[in-house]
Amino acid sequence: MRVPIDWLSDYVEVGIGATELSERLAMTGTEVARVLQHGPPAPANFVVGKVLSAEAHPDADRLRVCSVDCGEKDPRTIVCGAPNVAAGQTVAVALPGAVMPDGTELGEAKLRGVKSSGMILAEDELGIGGDHDGIMVLGDELVSGMALAEVFSLSSEVLEPEVTPNRGDCGGLYGIAREVHAATGAPLSAPPWADDPGASTIGSTPAGISVTVEDAALCPRFTARVFENVTIAPSPIWLKARLAAAGQRSISNVVDITNYVMLVSGHPLHAFDLDAIAGGELTVRSARAGETLTTLDGEERELDTDICLIADADGPTSLAGVMGGSRSEVSDQTTRVLLEVAVWDGANINRTSTRLGLRSEASSRFEKGLSPEGALEAQAMATALMLELTGATLTDGTLDIGGEGPAANVIRLRDARIVSLLGTQIAREESQRILETLGFTVSAADDGLDVTVPHWRRDDVTREADLIEEVARIHGLDSLPSTLPINRTGRAGGLSREQRLIRRAEDALVGRGLCEIVGWSFTDPQICDKLLLGSDHPLRDLVVIENPMSSAQSVMRPSILPSLLDAAAYNMARGAEGCALFESGSVYRGGRSEEGFAANEHHGLGAIVTGPVRPPSWNDAQPPTARIETAHALVSGVLGALSIEWEVEDGELPFLHPGRTAMIRTNTGLLGWFGEVHPAVATAWGIDQPIAALAIDIGRAAAQAPGQQIFNDLTSFPPLREDLAVIVPAAVSAASVVACITEAGSPLVSRAEVFDVYSGEQVGEGRVSLALHIDFAAVDRTLTDEEVSPIRDKIVAALKAEVDGELRG
Amino acid sequence: MIERVAEIQKQAEAEITAASSSAALEGLRVQYLGRKAELPQLLRDVAQLPPDLRGEAGRTANEARQALEAMIETAAARFEAAEMSAALESDNVDITLPGSPAEAVGHHHLLSATRREIEDVFCGLGYSVVEGPEVETVHYNFDALNHDPAHPARARSDTFYIEGGGDGPDQTLLRTHTSPMQIRIMEQTPPPIALIVPGRVFRRDSDATHTPQFHQIEGLLVDEGVTLADLKGTLLAFARAIFGEGRELRLRPHFFPFTEPSVEVDVSCFMCDQGAAPDGGRCSLCKGTGWLEVLGSGMVDPNVFAAVSDHGYDPNAHQGFAFGLGIERIAMLKHGVPDLRFFYENDLRFLRQFG
Repeated sequence: MRVPIDWLSDYVEVGIGATELSERLAMTGTEVARVLQHGPPAPANFVVGKVLSAEAHPDADRLRVCSVDCGEKDPRTIVCGAPNVAAGQTVAVALPGAVMPDGTELGEAKLRGVKSSGMILAEDELGIGGDHDGIMVLGDELVSGMALAEVFSLSSEVLEPEVTPNRGDCGGLYGIAREVHAATGAPLSAPPWADDPGASTIGSTPAGISVTVEDAALCPRFTARVFENVTIAPSPIWLKARLAAAGQRSISNVVDITNYVMLVSGHPLHAFDLDAIAGGELTVRSARAGETLTTLDGEERELDTDICLIADADGPTSLAGVMGGSRSEVSDQTTRVLLEVAVWDGANINRTSTRLGLRSEASSRFEKGLSPEGALEAQAMATALMLELTGATLTDGTLDIGGEGPAANVIRLRDARIVSLLGTQIAREESQRILETLGFTVSAADDGLDVTVPHWRRDDVTREADLIEEVARIHGLDSLPSTLPINRTGRAGGLSREQRLIRRAEDALVGRGLCEIVGWSFTDPQICDKLLLGSDHPLRDLVVIENPMSSAQSVMRPSILPSLLDAAAYNMARGAEGCALFESGSVYRGGRSEEGFAANEHHGLGAIVTGPVRPPSWNDAQPPTARIETAHALVSGVLGALSIEWEVEDGELPFLHPGRTAMIRTNTGLLGWFGEVHPAVATAWGIDQPIAALAIDIGRAAAQAPGQQIFNDLTSFPPLREDLAVIVPAAVSAASVVACITEAGSPLVSRAEVFDVYSGEQVGEGRVSLALHIDFAAVDRTLTDEEVSPIRDKIVAALKAEVDGELRG
Repeated sequence: MIERVAEIQKQAEAEITAASSSAALEGLRVQYLGRKAELPQLLRDVAQLPPDLRGEAGRTANEARQALEAMIETAAARFEAAEMSAALESDNVDITLPGSPAEAVGHHHLLSATRREIEDVFCGLGYSVVEGPEVETVHYNFDALNHDPAHPARARSDTFYIEGGGDGPDQTLLRTHTSPMQIRIMEQTPPPIALIVPGRVFRRDSDATHTPQFHQIEGLLVDEGVTLADLKGTLLAFARAIFGEGRELRLRPHFFPFTEPSVEVDVSCFMCDQGAAPDGGRCSLCKGTGWLEVLGSGMVDPNVFAAVSDHGYDPNAHQGFAFGLGIERIAMLKHGVPDLRFFYENDLRFLRQFG
């Protein structure tokens, strides 16, 4: 919305500059996005002139040499190119020194050898409409030399306030004027609808028109007046200039009046050509399935049954509260006008304009919810202008269906409540003064004030807290003290155990040199194919967005892996040799979560490492390339940090290398996976080298991490340490050898760990040698060789029997 | 014999003192104390002396031997230390070569680092941190938070809805703010409560200053007698912790559906003095206003308490405040990041600058 200060000043005596006013409005709740300049930056050197003569230019067919009386001693010679310039006209003249709206300063000029000391102006040269067909011709009653700014709104600063959705009353200049009044104390004039020339017609119904409202919930009030003998004509220049300053195009006097009144009152109006209303009857009803309507913008629109429309005997003629229809629009031939001012249900208008993708000045005001009383205010103001500007006569009667809104609400505002909500006191007299400047009616009560809410704030101010906000925002919050809430119950606050553990897990990866990324939650449904997911793979159960911004962002990611691959591809395309990345964030899958939330989301921790496992350096020029064991070590680091016991299990995931896929198993189930990305998947992301990857449901991991740790005495009785090398068939996993040793040596084996792996001639084809550290320990004594020796024999026997293992050398 | 011992001792002492290396010293040790040297020989000869002379001669020779041994020991220790120093000093390397094997340095993403920093401030003020689902329902995201049925944020042009997500209050959507957790927590926890809700949120908006996904931290404190002044004090503590001591706050009245009164909170610019940059020009951070718009907040609307009145919240007895801030915005202001896109591009050259 645009608020020309020049126009605003009709209603409130703005005594301060636009910048200061904007700041004051911002500090009382109405942000001003911008201050614009409409028209020339200053009104100086723009005057009224009288064309005394207009002769043909000696050297140019299209130019005239005019003698113009500009109120000075001698007439000026002005060369003019407009086809319509003629002697006897009263015109707008820019004298040399005038600064035009585009910032250029007008000088004296020679045009084809004739000196021109000024310019006769067309409308578009002043920013009024796009009309450059000819010069503006003004009323002959104007005196030459008069400042143009006295004739119409020539130059004004224009505010662009951002009206919050609760303030339907600020959709018009008078509402803004009331805010300015409250915010600055500037005197407020009586509203421009105070005198209704049609007041005497209220109570009777105009003849020749019948209106039916089928659903009062959709249309709480419908009013109409009928004007006859209307002459459609261009609007006077003052009206055109004001509309232009507010950013609106002039159409014709009647349409301009409806727009002008809307801009002041905030209440949209609609003018019908009464003779184009079939059958002289209007019905307000819901659209029928399949019905269409051609709106004023020329579009044919298909309606649905939630849309409210106005129909005549021939069908839909207007889209209620959003836009009129072309069939009944006012034309040059119109002589009888039905002026409708109605109130529509805000939610329904919002839905309709969203559904049709059609937002208008009317819909954006109606959807905030307007008061029924405002309808007749707009009628009053429009009636005066119709009579003044169109030569119309008002027929007797004001059609009114629905009438005024509910009785005004009276709310008690307690002094004590102000203190308890704000934490500071505001004097009762001050509260009263503030509320009265905003249009509330106030009377004294024992413990505060009884406040009557004006109709234009009916929906917005309904409770004591709303009144306190009104008082506080105008009073200002500068003097509000800063205090801290009392912690009555001694809350300790802090992170939960799970949150601390998740930070620990993230820190473990940062400590190992990985960089954290933040990927998009949105992804492309085609990633399912890129990840080689089978048609019935559970990860294809995606959370799909109904109204995405693009198909590449139309589903929620079912895994963090694609986000990591995106980031890796991005960086490798920019010269990175490899990267080590992780992300800690949400993963989304279809179906409901265990907690009953709307989707199956979990907090995932994913990482990938590709290229060298560490940066090369001068005596480490070729560090090893990241492989599955890199991911394995990271999983050990992360889960180790959380003290989670886990083991590796075989698994199959379509996007991982089938020979290098491992599942992370704990006693409560699978916690994630690690491995190497399938080469075909890596290639799909443009990466042609091994990618070690892992994913852990870190939310679940943190939840199942052991709680408080209890002391274990591991120092009083040191373990007996032995190394052992065993040759086993290559198919035997390291984990099964460890398990065999641990079980056979139970309970004295406290640790068994592979520290070397060898395969080659010395151990024979198809076999591998594993070297292990074994610790033997007891909690209550230091073990002796004699005690350990038989256990060692048991282990050797078990290795032989269970994994075909034989001790090496 | 005693005289001879004294002579040997004197001569040996002079030579030991003059010795210039541990090798020379070793030669002297062999020369004076070795098996074939004169002094040990004299000591062995003591037995052949008459008994009345043996005592004194033996003692004298023995003392001389011990004195020389001690002297050689001391001198040897001195030489060893000096010689080791000399050897170590010549065994030097170029200490300016980089460490090896190299250790990669990891980084938290700036958004995570900022989030943690803010979380830690509020943890210190006694708040808990809670998180909630990102796929939410119309009920929790709008209805229970007092959003008018016509509130523009509900529009399909503003909010992402989930396909097959049903209708009415149970219709599913991507949460547009972290505020739904206000309701979820109040349903589970009776007052008093003090918590913050960090998390990812989504709005259907993409231009120079908006990305369709961003991160928020929501705060909620409910108790008896909580005031707007308490909100101001809390946010002042936050502003000073994040942007530095000496920051001031400005509260601007505003409108949010779930708070009443509602205020936008500006923090005094930390890059300039009331809008004027150190070089006298207009401050580029605050655009010369002296204030940075940082967050929205207000006193919890009574209707929000009414939505959870079955869970111990009484609009007449309880008051509270809520606030919401954008993590991206705080990070951009604090670290001078000029463009939102950097956060989601994940360019290593960006990531390695922070966290």
